[in-house]
Amino acid sequence: MRETSERGHYKIFLGMAAGVGKTYRMLQEGRAELENGRDVAVGLLETHGREDTARLAEGLELLPRRRVAYRDQQLEEMDLPGILRRRPEVCLIDELAHTNAPGVEHEKRYEDIEDVLAAGIHVISTVNVQHLESLNDRIAELTGVTVRETVPDQVLGRADEIVMVDVSPEALLDRLRAGKVYPAARIDAALNNFFRIENLAALREVALRQVAEEVEAKRIVTNVIGTRADNELLTEAAPQAVGERLMALVEPYPGAQRLVRRAWRSAQRLGSQLDVLWIQRPGRRLTIEQESCLQALRTLCSVLGANLLVEESDMLADCVARVAAQRGTTYILLGRSREPRGLARLQTPLPQQLMRRLPGVDVRIVADRSLRHEATP
Amino acid sequence: MIAALALIAGALGGLAVGLAVHPRLRSRRRAREERPIATRQILLPFTGTTLSRRALEAAMRLARVEGATLMPAFLATVPLHQSLESPVPKQCAIGMPLLEAIEQRAVAEGVPVDARVERGRSYRHALSRLLEREHFDRVILSAADDPRTGLYGEDLLWAIDHADAEVMILRPAPQDTRVVSAGGLRGHF
Repeated sequence: MRETSERGHYKIFLGMAAGVGKTYRMLQEGRAELENGRDVAVGLLETHGREDTARLAEGLELLPRRRVAYRDQQLEEMDLPGILRRRPEVCLIDELAHTNAPGVEHEKRYEDIEDVLAAGIHVISTVNVQHLESLNDRIAELTGVTVRETVPDQVLGRADEIVMVDVSPEALLDRLRAGKVYPAARIDAALNNFFRIENLAALREVALRQVAEEVEAKRIVTNVIGTRADNELLTEAAPQAVGERLMALVEPYPGAQRLVRRAWRSAQRLGSQLDVLWIQRPGRRLTIEQESCLQALRTLCSVLGANLLVEESDMLADCVARVAAQRGTTYILLGRSREPRGLARLQTPLPQQLMRRLPGVDVRIVADRSLRHEATP
Repeated sequence: MIAALALIAGALGGLAVGLAVHPRLRSRRRAREERPIATRQILLPFTGTTLSRRALEAAMRLARVEGATLMPAFLATVPLHQSLESPVPKQCAIGMPLLEAIEQRAVAEGVPVDARVERGRSYRHALSRLLEREHFDRVILSAADDPRTGLYGEDLLWAIDHADAEVMILRPAPQDTRVVSAGGLRGHF
């Protein structure tokens, strides 16, 4: 964990569902920090009665909860003022999506965590993917279960590190049946409702995608606005995304779909992501036919799982180079250009411009094979 | 000074006349004027790995005669546990090569093509979304022998009732087994 005199370092363990081992991993991390001589305290721990988890917490300082009176009840909540007074170097705070009882400093636990981070304390926390606001509807659709405790997606965006805690759905179900997730009385209900293999498989996919997107977003942000040192470090450590990333340059006309399909096939073979880029000239309005072609391209990209990007610029090659650098593109595909007319004949063709601006990026001109003449014997 | 201006004006005039009578430019202009404006759209939806060759030939014949654009459309289904807007790469791995094969045939026959892809909970749902989104003058449906492999029975009746277009249903004779498939692709795809 890096040293800082300002905001603390924020690490989140993200899981697809309860029982995957997020809290366990958080405690392991806390113990490792303790063994490294750091001052570690547990701000809030939810063991859910799991013996293994409780055993792992032994030896770590557990800060007491505070009691909050709500209606006729006494509720236990994390003691934010207590944590700030104790001021450990590293604080473990479980379940950041929790909604606090009324009357404490903040409505949500992730807001408490912001205060702890602001005090320069490093925080390790946990959350399940179904709590993310933007995924709530989708997960409700996938699983039939609506989660009420949601957190804004920016919470993940503010984390310095996100670690996906992953187990296969089969392994999670085995753990559930063995009583390692819920007490015996709740197992049957869980198996019949949320913990179905298709639900877990879908949630796992969503969680993996979410982490992949966060990783990508961070890489892009660092490339664009990071310091020079950051960029150099990034270049040394991980020059680009793992593997290839393709980009197809299109215009809204019927032939563009063929280019996208071919680029997609190439992306499939390389096991890589595909971006489809159209650069719109500023101030130019689309004709009805072009609108229709653009809509068809959007649908095609969505069906194929490609990302359609629309940029506005007059400087075609500059814009392509900028987007390619941002996206970590390793391979650009473009169709055969129309025959240049007038003064345009004097310009350097786009493929040459791209090769000059993007050294190390492959540029491929996709031939229109449908127009290829049959070979004569 | 006047003489110089006259010389420039003369040169420009000569250039304009030269350009007007240049055979390449003349033929380009003629081609532009003679090019049929394809306003009619013929939809040819398909599913699965093959398409009846008779259906494709009928669609191409009509498109040629009417100066229409052939719009082959691959229909994919999305299972209920996934969002309707989810990518369907496995189905695309089957449908895209076939779409390419259809396009190659159509272009080779000189028929303008503009492909489409649409998703739905069923093939009928996908077709209905496509028909809602765009206007087609004619829809050519190749009837499937099996409801699991494409548009069949009630789907076809539904299309007749709901499509705001002329609907033509082709049911190839059992002995007519000629199909278009991805195997007919020229070059790698």
